Amino acid sequence: MCSTCGCSDDAGVRITDAAGVQTGEHGHAHDHDHPHSHPHEHPGQDGHDGGGHETIALEERLLAKNELLAARNRGWLEGRGIRAFNLMSSPGAGKTTLLERTIRDLGDDLDIQVIEGDQETSLDADRIRAAGRPVVQINTGAGCHLDAQMLRRGLDALDPAAGSTLFIENVGNLVCPALFDLGETAKVVIISVTEGDGKPRKYPHMFMAADLILINKADLLPYVKFDVEDCIRQARMLNPHVEVLVVSATAGDGLDGWYGWLTDTPGAPAAGTAGHRPHNRPEALSDAR
Amino acid sequence: MHELSITQSLLDAVVGRTGERQVTGVRLKVGRLSGVLPDAMRFCFELVTDGTPLAGAELLIDEPEGRGRCRGCGLDFTLPDLIPLCPCGSADVEITGGRELAVTSVEVV
Ligand SMILES: Nc1nc2c(ncn2[C@@H]2O[C@H](COP(=O)(O)OP(=O)(O)O)[C@@H](O)[C@H]2O)c(=O)[nH]1
Ligand SMILES: [Mg+2]
Ligand SMILES: [Zn+2]
Repeated sequence: MCSTCGCSDDAGVRITDAAGVQTGEHGHAHDHDHPHSHPHEHPGQDGHDGGGHETIALEERLLAKNELLAARNRGWLEGRGIRAFNLMSSPGAGKTTLLERTIRDLGDDLDIQVIEGDQETSLDADRIRAAGRPVVQINTGAGCHLDAQMLRRGLDALDPAAGSTLFIENVGNLVCPALFDLGETAKVVIISVTEGDGKPRKYPHMFMAADLILINKADLLPYVKFDVEDCIRQARMLNPHVEVLVVSATAGDGLDGWYGWLTDTPGAPAAGTAGHRPHNRPEALSDAR
Repeated sequence: MHELSITQSLLDAVVGRTGERQVTGVRLKVGRLSGVLPDAMRFCFELVTDGTPLAGAELLIDEPEGRGRCRGCGLDFTLPDLIPLCPCGSADVEITGGRELAVTSVEVV
């Protein structure tokens, strides 16, 4: 739709549930409840001479609707004791690989469920299904991020069990998802060492919103130029208390830290410790008030 | 990018208020630290409003600068980016401005 940025509104969003049934197209994605019945009326045909301009004050934050829906999701999830982790990264940083591995390693301890967001295909959902866990695919079409309403539809299709641990793999993109709260318990941002170490500086909104940063593909550190310390320093300039873990989803390095963080997060089925408290930071996602 | 869905929210917010009345101007606040690019919004605005009562409306965008207040020394200062660093060296800074993202008023015929 938008030829510069390749984005579109919700009109093209499709959801594929665990049974492979696809819904989409109409009647849900977007409330098209605009009061206008016919958008093609033009002024000047009704005798107005244009003299009667009126200014209407209208203080309304543009993300207000998403924030409201996100708050509803948060309440719905909390009410069922479901912890939801929003995984965000550039394409290819290793989100799906990390999920596959996490399911293999923690599948007996946590009831893991997954919502996959991608512009097209259900390839990642197929990978999760192959790992043996319930999954729903959200295809955003030309859209470049998930929003709270899409998560709501994903939750309706997935119907995650009470007490489960939900992973939401967002669309690969370090810009847009940062602005859209989903109602998740915590935001996890993944960068891989092959992407260069300047990411926090280049994408400050994303790193500011993060509750946890995973630096993935640590097994490749010997082969690429990536200054882990400097990357962490940049991230902490934006987000002083953010936790950072260096991991390899394929080789397994550092995954104990990730699993510890996951099981220590409040609401975990096995009573966790008080450490590693992901906090929701709505102020980092919304405009100033 | 996200400017398109944000512009769609803008349209919904305005039309929800003004209905079928012809809108000739929309005034917005898009803070310099909001993560939203005014130019991208202008571009999206034309696309999104085509065929609606906002078609052809003038988009007036205020771009408030980033402001910070140091919790250490109390200084109020301009923040050129999201890195909350006071000239005194403290990073304990509250971002007090620049993240605005709101419609403030519309002109209707
Ligand atoms: N060497 C290495 N490769 C990895 C690691 N994690 C993921 N990959 C590879 O990176 C590619 C993209 O991974 P994928 O999980 O699909 O990324 P996503 O787009 O973020 O979901 C695949 O070829 C993975 O095998 C890692 O820790 N080390
Ligand atoms: Mg993936
Ligand atoms: Zn200071």
